[in-house]
Amino acid sequence: MAATTKGSGKGIFSGLPDWGLLLGTVFVYLFLYAPIAVLIFFSFNSTRSTQVWTGFSFEWYGQLLSDPTILQAFRTSLTVGVTATLIATVIGTLTALALSRNRFRGQTVADSAIYMATVMPEIVVGVSLLVFFVAVFIPMGVQLGITTIVIAHVAFTISFVTIVVRARLSGMDRSVEEAAQDLGASPVQTFFRVTLPLILPGVMAGALLAFTLSFDDFVITFFVSGVGSSTLPLKIYSMIKFGVSPVINALSTVVLVATMLLIFGGSRLLARKEGS
Amino acid sequence: MRERAAKGWSLGLAALLAPVTLWLGLFFMVPLLFIVVYSFGSSPIYGGITLGFNPGNYLKVFEPTYLEIIVRSFGIAALTTLLCFVLGYPLAYFIVFKGRRWRNALILLVMVPFWTSLLIRAYAWVVILGGNGIANKTLQFLGLTNEPLNLIFTPEAVLMGMTYSYLPFMILPLYAALEKFDVRLKEAGKDLGATRWQTFLRVTFPLSLPGVIAGSILVFIPSAGEFVIPDLLGGSRTLMTGNLIQNQFLQARDWAFGSALSVMLGVLLLGAIMFYIRKVGTDKLEGV
Repeated sequence: MAATTKGSGKGIFSGLPDWGLLLGTVFVYLFLYAPIAVLIFFSFNSTRSTQVWTGFSFEWYGQLLSDPTILQAFRTSLTVGVTATLIATVIGTLTALALSRNRFRGQTVADSAIYMATVMPEIVVGVSLLVFFVAVFIPMGVQLGITTIVIAHVAFTISFVTIVVRARLSGMDRSVEEAAQDLGASPVQTFFRVTLPLILPGVMAGALLAFTLSFDDFVITFFVSGVGSSTLPLKIYSMIKFGVSPVINALSTVVLVATMLLIFGGSRLLARKEGS
Repeated sequence: MRERAAKGWSLGLAALLAPVTLWLGLFFMVPLLFIVVYSFGSSPIYGGITLGFNPGNYLKVFEPTYLEIIVRSFGIAALTTLLCFVLGYPLAYFIVFKGRRWRNALILLVMVPFWTSLLIRAYAWVVILGGNGIANKTLQFLGLTNEPLNLIFTPEAVLMGMTYSYLPFMILPLYAALEKFDVRLKEAGKDLGATRWQTFLRVTFPLSLPGVIAGSILVFIPSAGEFVIPDLLGGSRTLMTGNLIQNQFLQARDWAFGSALSVMLGVLLLGAIMFYIRKVGTDKLEGV
């Protein structure tokens, strides 16, 4: 036994000692975080340069807060994200329930369609929706804008919600539901008083994922947004494309910090829910 | 074993499935059908579409200008996948087998960049690789070069940006696969006289293969269709299929050819995934 204990404490890669693996790991983490650190660093630069450090300043954060087009884009992203998340979470949860609780003809087709929507290249989804909206919506008098963005975002996030909620459902003990029904609860009562509270962490994780995907999406939004409405990623893209200014660094830093808070907050919340 | 109950349809089930059928049908399947139909049409000089049966759009793909772009896309995507694997495997291995109580924190650290905007991550490399950027400064400081090199707007810059952006997509499935690994198997290998390297090659690695394949698919698919990273880091001589498609729809206004390219990209990538699902099964992809 002694040999095993000793062995499992050591490295593996071709007799590479532990520090080799450790060094590689540290290198990859540096690779993951160095670019982010560079952006944050230069967001506090005192001149327009995004490459030479000239002194500390909050100037770009000030400019960020006083740029109405950025604030407007942020508002649009929030509106789209919240609306799309609500719709996609409801539809995705219903779908997960249908797929995990039943065996029915055509299930393979349904499963395949769900997966297909997660793996189809974004550019293909984007142009096909553009073509569809131009051919069907515009003749009906619906212009490209917030409506088409929300529709597109719901379409590509439903599958992700379904997969996350389904994973939660598959780990759930069904006998609690049966007990509720035996005690006289109707299917609807059972769902709202038993099933939903039990799968809530999964539903919330799905919603969080949907919101992040929506808030972050550039490619699909780029094709379905038309000229009038710009989401935050579209705004960031045009800022990068047409004139690099440290305001983007400040904006990136704000987005980064907000994302981190959202993830840490979300994971704390989920951990607590699952613990109870 | 798969259960095969042929029936099981009910009003409740239909009600649960109605919204998804409607939404994905109308706003995912039908649009895809549209571009399939469009891909056989032809585009008038001023853009748009005339429906018909014109397989020429698919033949146009083989013209040298376009073929070069498509081949380059798949080459860069394959290299990205390889680089992500080379960087990601040791990291996932470290987290699972050496991370111990830091495991959750370490994997969360991988996920943070993964949850941050792809655009911002690509932009970070614009700053780093730019003429006066940190990469050039470092090279000059180390005395490797005297004047700023042209690092940005090259295929290498695209490869760098893509590897950076997609690395977490590789690490997460690898982590999920290795986490399920029973450490006793490694010990058994050792007890039977295998060296560490032999144990790794013949026990640990084969058992993590579903994770390797899932990770490769998750990296390869978005890389092959990538549009933002080559747009920001690649310059006009490092176009990829995604840029070509965008160009056909928004600048050249040749919707028929753009549709044919999209159909081709979608079919190729879906084909690769279907092949994978036949071999390994869908459940492995859910480990992510």
